[in-house]
Amino acid sequence: MADKNGFFDLSKTTLSRRTALKGIAVGAGLALAPGFVRYSQAQSSAPIKIGFQSHRTGIGAAYGRWYEKTSAAAVKAINDAGGISGRKVELVIEDDGTDPARGAEVVNKFAKQHKTDIAFGTLFSHVVIGSAPAAGENKIPYFVVSEGHHVASTKLNRYVFQPGITDVKSQIQSMAPWIAANAGKKVTQIFPDFAFGYDHRDYLPPALKAQGADVIAQIAIPPTESSFTKYFPQIPAETEVIYHVMVGPAVLTFVKELGEFYGSNRPQLFGFMDSLEATDINSPGLEFLDGSHFWEGSPRYAQADDSAAQKAYRAAVGIDDNGAAVGDPKDVSTASHMFGCWETLYVVKKAMEDAGYKGPEDRAKLVEATEALKEFAEGPEHPQGPKTFNGKIHQCFGIQNISKVEGGKLKVVHKTKIEDGLYEPEGDYTKQAL
Amino acid sequence: MHFGPHLLLAALEGLVTSAVLALTALGLSLVFGVMRIVNVAHGEFFMLGAVLAWAISTAISGHPAIGFVAALVIAPLLVGLAAFLAEWLVLRRLKYNPESTIVATIGMLYIIQQLALTFYGPEARPVEPPFSYRILLPWFGYSGYKLSVVAASAVLLVITWLVLTRTKIGLIMRATQYDRETAQAFGIPVERVYAGVFAVGAMLAAIAAVLIVPISQAHYLMGQDPLLLSFIVVIIGGLGSLRGTVVAAILIGLSDGIISMFFSPTLAKIIATLVVAMVLVFRPQGLFGTTPR
Amino acid sequence: MRDASPAKTYALHIGVIALLFALNFVLPDYHQGLFARIMALAVFAMGYNLLFGYVGLLSLGHAMFFSAGLYGAGLTVYHLGWGVPEAFIAGVACGALLALIVGLLALRTAGVAFMIVTMMFAQVFYLLILYFATWTGGDQGLVIQQASRVFSIGGTSFDLTDPTVRYMSALALFAIVLLVTLAVVRSRFGRVLVAIRENEERTKMLGYDTVANKLAAVVASGAICAASGAAYALLFGYVGSNFASIQYSILPLLWVLLGGAAATLGPLIGTLFMYYVTDITSGFTSAYLLIVGVALILLVLFAPKGIMGSIRERWLRWLT
Repeated sequence: MADKNGFFDLSKTTLSRRTALKGIAVGAGLALAPGFVRYSQAQSSAPIKIGFQSHRTGIGAAYGRWYEKTSAAAVKAINDAGGISGRKVELVIEDDGTDPARGAEVVNKFAKQHKTDIAFGTLFSHVVIGSAPAAGENKIPYFVVSEGHHVASTKLNRYVFQPGITDVKSQIQSMAPWIAANAGKKVTQIFPDFAFGYDHRDYLPPALKAQGADVIAQIAIPPTESSFTKYFPQIPAETEVIYHVMVGPAVLTFVKELGEFYGSNRPQLFGFMDSLEATDINSPGLEFLDGSHFWEGSPRYAQADDSAAQKAYRAAVGIDDNGAAVGDPKDVSTASHMFGCWETLYVVKKAMEDAGYKGPEDRAKLVEATEALKEFAEGPEHPQGPKTFNGKIHQCFGIQNISKVEGGKLKVVHKTKIEDGLYEPEGDYTKQAL
Repeated sequence: MHFGPHLLLAALEGLVTSAVLALTALGLSLVFGVMRIVNVAHGEFFMLGAVLAWAISTAISGHPAIGFVAALVIAPLLVGLAAFLAEWLVLRRLKYNPESTIVATIGMLYIIQQLALTFYGPEARPVEPPFSYRILLPWFGYSGYKLSVVAASAVLLVITWLVLTRTKIGLIMRATQYDRETAQAFGIPVERVYAGVFAVGAMLAAIAAVLIVPISQAHYLMGQDPLLLSFIVVIIGGLGSLRGTVVAAILIGLSDGIISMFFSPTLAKIIATLVVAMVLVFRPQGLFGTTPR
Repeated sequence: MRDASPAKTYALHIGVIALLFALNFVLPDYHQGLFARIMALAVFAMGYNLLFGYVGLLSLGHAMFFSAGLYGAGLTVYHLGWGVPEAFIAGVACGALLALIVGLLALRTAGVAFMIVTMMFAQVFYLLILYFATWTGGDQGLVIQQASRVFSIGGTSFDLTDPTVRYMSALALFAIVLLVTLAVVRSRFGRVLVAIRENEERTKMLGYDTVANKLAAVVASGAICAASGAAYALLFGYVGSNFASIQYSILPLLWVLLGGAAATLGPLIGTLFMYYVTDITSGFTSAYLLIVGVALILLVLFAPKGIMGSIRERWLRWLT
């Protein structure tokens, strides 16, 4: 897709100058209205402050670093194109330590000390859930990029949104048709024995059932485990596909030990990229993954048919064709998730402009404007692909990628449709008071 | 898989866990036994060993075995040096007061973790094993390197035992452990013994980490589990008993693997933890300990 | 104790409570919220101090008592729709009951074995929370909705999500626990506990039932920590397994050692210090753990009895 809006065109000063002229004209018009002048000037010159809750320390630190890089790139792109409603955007970053209690304090700090316009960020579900009450009490919109099903479950509150990344329930559901048709009908699931794994445990079997395939065994592994071989004998011999989602630093061990256990005579493997985010797929021991398939949110490796928007996004964030930091091939990104930061910031921009957002007193209007959004077209603002948004459950739905490991790279072999991942809403946030 | 092979696999896995645990716990046990202090940073010395192993083995090109052997020698020395400095700069000044050393070692834990995060990063990074031989059994394949870890750990444990029981250094250490004041009266330089013990304890943890890092990966938060398990092993084995530490490590390593054959893993961990706690409740001095003085 | 001067001591404690009351009207919004959290957690530290500071029992498992209160209150609201006061009582009762069971078993041990046994019981409790994720929400935890955190006494309605109500509720709990612990440690029971810490054998020979006294201290400590946990759930609206992890067993120990063990005001000072060091340093560097670590070591080198302990040694020798 062409760079229609000229987001990445550095020679685009004419546009911003024109915007600036327009701004002056509007300002002059307002100046005629008595008593209005100082107010509007103060509003229009101050930057929009976005409080960014980041996993700088703790178990999520590898994600946090890339979430920061992506968000900084998006803010720069937005500012270079004139900001939000003509105002510059500024990120205020605080570390949540990947800890729910600290996360809640950080949201409080945004609302009360930094007085940011919104809160934004963060991946780990327990931090999102732990911070949600603070967002609701401070009535500060809180945009998360977590992929958890918590927002869409409508168990949080009206101020929490996830408009930049599809939730895990939808992701799982949209994988089922491809697995049943291409990988095999008898599936054994291996997942971590905590909430993130339970989404896979609960949502995959019915989705596969609908496609005429079965989950024949479910193996839950405690999150503290650092060695996995002892669980492998529980995999039934007739298994055709091993469906694995492991997270955390022990993932490499998991794959290596699976390789030692099976050798070359293995069932099909289907995994979620969460397992290998920020990890080089060519690490020693991962040769075993060759020929296996992965879910990817946004492809790590540059693809032959990448859109112009995707290419521009990668360049802006600073990742090379292998999904590693430009200049440091060992510094592998969290490509499957971090695109959500970019897209969320553009959703915030759209919603703020729709709402005519001026400052914290307009937060309720911002919530309503976000809820009114319906769809996001693929393009520079949404390089991962098109999405629909359900304002009742505050969740977006997009396409998913299935990639095959080939010659040390991940090649996208299938893209799902948005409809594959839709489900009945479980509630309605818009009925809650603002 | 049939019961027999499954049990074999669980036992093999348990042995590997036990081997690494025994080394780590031995380090803690020495510090705990001789100096009577709780070193909360022990797990961080373990982590430091793994992170340094990664750094050293990536810096050295050529066959992975060269890098690994270099790491096995250099990483523990560096960790020992760090521990020695920590002892000299901080613990000595605290006069080994049990409560103050807990706070001080929590401080060290934060410092080491933050330094690792800043200079090494948040990612889990692998180290290539010195050799990758897959033992093919009739039912499943198994890593040859893992078995060599068990052997290496056994050799190191025997060496430590010989040093403790057959050498003058060992005698001095045991004397200090038995009665600090009398040892001092007999002209044993207690402060130097303490510094040495603290460094050696950290080195043992670092060696265990270098051995395990080709199996699991180096990560800046990897120190917590070994710390907790080592504590349990040391107390269950009985304070200051080398034999007790080794037996407890094997017991805990094996029980963890084998109980998980019969129950869902989280339930298995609950049962295993409860059983071990009950052992301690009804035998507070540990399996091989004498009543603490 | 020593040259006890009860009037001065009580005056100081009431002065601190009055100061905290006044701060509600002075503190900027953010710090008002932070102080509410610190006071709620200082109660946790006070419960810990009762056992550690006065009886000399070092537990590494107090996260289980805190989270017994947290879940006892949180789950009764979430699943049974209980009101705030009933849920709070349920939380405290859960903690006291758990402390009774744990105390009966763990008090068979002493010293390091006691540390490890309590740590392992806490680990079991933590794993149980994960195991029963269907009800507890597991590691993700549960949100207690704002509407469930409103209650009324005598026709007046209190909304715990309102900053001032929250601050005053936390202060009320803090004040009650502070004065109760002060009275306890100055009572006959408190002196027996200190006697046990100093020399258990001699205390036994003097005819005291040391086991019963220690058990009573464990239950009291567990109940206070549970009160803190229950308050935390109701005031801040989130329960999660994180609060049952080993980290939350070490934190109260750290707060107490920093503030000064066996000083009734120590836990507040320690908690306050830790929170503000983290909060301030994380503002200008992402490597704030390094600074926290260095601060801990410096503190222990130059104020080995904790902040309150050092103050007491130098200036307030009459203080309990």
